[in-house]
Amino acid sequence: MPQRLPLPDAEALCAALAEAMRPHVDRAATALVGIHTGGVWVAERLHAALGLKLPPGSMDVSFYRDDFHQRGLHANAKTSQIPFEVDGAHIVIVDDVLHTGRTIRAAMNELFDYGRPARIDLAVLVDRGGRELPIAPTFCAHALSLPAAQMLALEQAADGGLSFRVIEK
Amino acid sequence: MSFMNGGGNPQLNRHGELNHLLTIEGLPREVLERILDTAAPFTEVAEREVKKVPLLRGKSVFNLFFENSTRTRTTFEIAAKRLSADVINLNINTSSASKGETLLDTADNLAAMQADMFVVRHASSGAPYLIAQHLRATGRDHIHVVNAGDGRHAHPTQGLLDMYTVRHYKKDLTQLTVAIVGDVLHSRVARSQIHALTTLGVPEVRVIGPKTLLPTGVERLGVRVFNDMREGLRGVDVVMMLRLQNERMQGALLPSTQEYFKSYGLTPEKLALAKPDAIVMHPGPMNRGVEIDSAVADGGQAVILPQVTFGIAVRMAVMAMLAGN
Repeated sequence: MPQRLPLPDAEALCAALAEAMRPHVDRAATALVGIHTGGVWVAERLHAALGLKLPPGSMDVSFYRDDFHQRGLHANAKTSQIPFEVDGAHIVIVDDVLHTGRTIRAAMNELFDYGRPARIDLAVLVDRGGRELPIAPTFCAHALSLPAAQMLALEQAADGGLSFRVIEK
Repeated sequence: MSFMNGGGNPQLNRHGELNHLLTIEGLPREVLERILDTAAPFTEVAEREVKKVPLLRGKSVFNLFFENSTRTRTTFEIAAKRLSADVINLNINTSSASKGETLLDTADNLAAMQADMFVVRHASSGAPYLIAQHLRATGRDHIHVVNAGDGRHAHPTQGLLDMYTVRHYKKDLTQLTVAIVGDVLHSRVARSQIHALTTLGVPEVRVIGPKTLLPTGVERLGVRVFNDMREGLRGVDVVMMLRLQNERMQGALLPSTQEYFKSYGLTPEKLALAKPDAIVMHPGPMNRGVEIDSAVADGGQAVILPQVTFGIAVRMAVMAMLAGN
């Protein structure tokens, strides 16, 4: 058994992330977009904690992934929903774990098909390292280093509670 | 040559994934459901400022229409373009085929132009199979074939978009009674609908039409047969009308179109025998006053135009799945 670090408390990280973002968001004008699936749960938490007026959006970046030609179309792709005007908006893309940065690139590409935002920020619970693109989070609640063979996944329990789990690839 | 991969189903690759879409017959329920599930997020793409996703960027889709069609070709073209593919439309009636080039020579030439997908409509049943088989036999299985209607045999994307429409309005397919009405004999749409409905677990599928327009032994496909439309429509949830296929009619199968309308035209009075929330579908193009009354075609229960819209999403899903497998 490899030595395993204790995993961070996802709920505590959500609260910390909200506090880090608070001075930088405009409650009336900032919009969140969560990336399926974990990012959507985090965006819901942040939306409530920050008391934002605009409803949170959600995106499934399956149609924009750069590994489509190797891996094919992701099963169970969800419908993206952007319930606000993207042109000129301040948007915070929200995800649970930042890894290679490829998902964020896909998410930005997808967002631009809805319009031209004035500014895009990135908020993540955990930055686990391993970047393959020049992408950095604006807000990050926790940083840790994981081997490439391990995947950090956010899970939601039946009672709605969020927690992290490590999956061996 | 034979297809020994994919459990003997020529449409599936060795991983059991869809490699070509030739017919609904024999496709596992999970594959059909996967297509319908995948189509759902594609419907949203049409509502964006940029109605395009980059999945088929750099791919070439050839629409090979050996038989005329406006709606099907257009919706395939829109679907491929919304996936960012390059689309080349070939109207073969006016091209090489009339100069004597064979079907497979045409396919070979387009393959030599780096085609990635063929969307094939042909008056002869089995033409898309022949192309798929030829591609496999010559080691070019990376080129995908979609059947856009072959003879009387199959029109799988129409069957799938019909299932998507039914699921959209009725949610659970396993409690439904569905009637298919009209010229089943000449209809590839009806065959695809019947296979899709029974595979997806619809408990009662009825076909309604005059004896002369129903194929002999159609009940072996798992359907109930009615020659009296009023009897057949009683209590159904979904009415799928078929077009009276004048151009496919050989000999005198019908006394007259007026006579046909009297017995098998869907009027508000006949529709009232179905459930009050029954939906009315038609694959188009409609012959108003022949198989369907304008009051029904334009009425509140008709979902004929949503069928067209859903058809684009379903074709996007099929092409994206094929290209990714």
